[in-house]
Amino acid sequence: MSNAAIAEKRPSTLRGARLPKWSPWAIAAGSVAVAVAVGAGAGLTKVQWGLISGLLFLVATYGIAAKVEGRRQAKDRIVTGLVWVAFLVALVPLISLVWTTVVRGVKVLDIYFLSHSMGLVADSQPGGGIYHAIIGSVEQVGLATLIAAPIGVLTAIYLVEYGRGRLAQAVTFFVDVMTGVPSIVAGLFILSLMLIFDMQPFGFAGSMALAILMMPVVVRSTEEMLKLVPNELREASLALGVPKWRTILKVVLPTSIGGITTGIMLAIARIAGETAPVLLLVFGNRFINNNPFSGPQQSLPLYVYQQYAAGNDYAYDRAWAASLTLIAFVMILNLVARGIARWKAPKTGR
Amino acid sequence: MAKRIDVSGLTAYYGSHKAIEDISMTVEPRSVTAFIGPSGCGKSTFLRTLNRMHEVTSGGRVEGKVLLDDEDLYGPGIDPVAVRREVGMVFQRPNPFPTMSIFDNVAAGLRLNGSYKKSELGDVVEKSLKGANLWNEVKDRLNKPGSGLSGGQQQRLCIARAIAVEPKVLLMDEPCSALDPISTLAIEDLIGELKERFTIVIVTHNMQQAARVSDRTAFFNLAAVGQPGKLIEIDDTERIFSNPSVQATEDYISGRFG
Repeated sequence: MSNAAIAEKRPSTLRGARLPKWSPWAIAAGSVAVAVAVGAGAGLTKVQWGLISGLLFLVATYGIAAKVEGRRQAKDRIVTGLVWVAFLVALVPLISLVWTTVVRGVKVLDIYFLSHSMGLVADSQPGGGIYHAIIGSVEQVGLATLIAAPIGVLTAIYLVEYGRGRLAQAVTFFVDVMTGVPSIVAGLFILSLMLIFDMQPFGFAGSMALAILMMPVVVRSTEEMLKLVPNELREASLALGVPKWRTILKVVLPTSIGGITTGIMLAIARIAGETAPVLLLVFGNRFINNNPFSGPQQSLPLYVYQQYAAGNDYAYDRAWAASLTLIAFVMILNLVARGIARWKAPKTGR
Repeated sequence: MAKRIDVSGLTAYYGSHKAIEDISMTVEPRSVTAFIGPSGCGKSTFLRTLNRMHEVTSGGRVEGKVLLDDEDLYGPGIDPVAVRREVGMVFQRPNPFPTMSIFDNVAAGLRLNGSYKKSELGDVVEKSLKGANLWNEVKDRLNKPGSGLSGGQQQRLCIARAIAVEPKVLLMDEPCSALDPISTLAIEDLIGELKERFTIVIVTHNMQQAARVSDRTAFFNLAAVGQPGKLIEIDDTERIFSNPSVQATEDYISGRFG
């Protein structure tokens, strides 16, 4: 008997029945079709259609795979399916949010809107714009970053490169506590200081509250980035007779600068949307005030809040347009951060 | 310019753990000394005490004396940064700075120390790369990142970086353990050339390598796991490998260890 004949007689233990490559798509399409039919027939909402199709997909995948391929492969497929369903469920609110904001926001969003303040326009009238809010936001967030970023980065350098013992533990602990401080509490803290010195609302007061919120985020992200720098690089530099501070400045920081920048940008994105402390400390203003150190200012999230509270269609349109501007602002920051991270990342090319 | 190292009664700790105990030896200038011994016996720790890199590890401290041409490295008022400029080090894994080009990597020691003339920098880099037998391979791409080189080239780049600051002594901690035989051969040839100018101490797990490159060999051992490592004997390499005076050395070298 030849070898081939023997091989044919014995079934291979390594080969088993496999579902074709297109089967997950077919099962998904089938489940959606069934769910739509059932949903439309029973008069259910679209959310329920989605839930039904998700469940159907998981059950059908398991059933079919268990029948054709066996239980182990079925488990693999159901977990893959769960990951996909979870991914889609997570996408729903995100896409819905961006979609709603864009659709409602583009109505009044134009150059005029971006370059004019509310001035003498009443909330119940059409027209007006967000120039004063953009100026306020940029100045307040910019000043907050100027305060929080250096302090945060230096704190992280202390914790990673120098911190030993009690002091470092205490700093870490308080950074953790600060991460959990609600923004309104940061606002009240600065407000109490303002009341002691009998001051009126002004932009920089908001910056200080925002800096309090931003600092722990910067410390945390920078810490993680510095920890990623291999110790071998520090040792290589120290072994060349380079002092520790220059090692940190010239070797550790350049290696991690991409990640640190990303962290700072994300922290900026976080504080750019804060409303509560701005409401308390900056108060809001219908007119353009370029000076953050004197008199009330406007800011984008506060503008959105106030316009929406005004409760008429013109104000709603302005609120949505301002929201869209805020989202775009944060997104541009993120893109810039990614660009910097890629540009500064350690090079590996040949 | 190579200097003599004279160690007496050196004990090193990690926190409360004693890693090596009571080591004394002399390393002659312009020679190659190899450290051999089982893993965890304190070869690397001892090597790192010779340029005060041991104390960079948290909890690391040292008792005893290390004389570099009659000056105690652990004496009062000695600046560890200055010590490391005199006693350079090459590590087990090649570790070029990833943000820097090949040129900047070699120039790093001078630049970061702030003590150089701009006009001399190019010459120093060329001389160091030639000294590390790497010049011909990289002279056309000095501005490319150092991490793009092969492992063996990276290690020679690290050697070039270390010799660019003109140390008196060069410590090498298993410099070939991550390299293929051909790169290893290149590094070994290089060690033979470098010993004309530097005092070289090399830690290795490769006994043939110790036999090939070194003039003197030191055998380290530890009584048991958790016990401090000790220097068993140091002698001319030829004697260690042919007729060692301690039985443990012979057992280790011939593979009858343990």
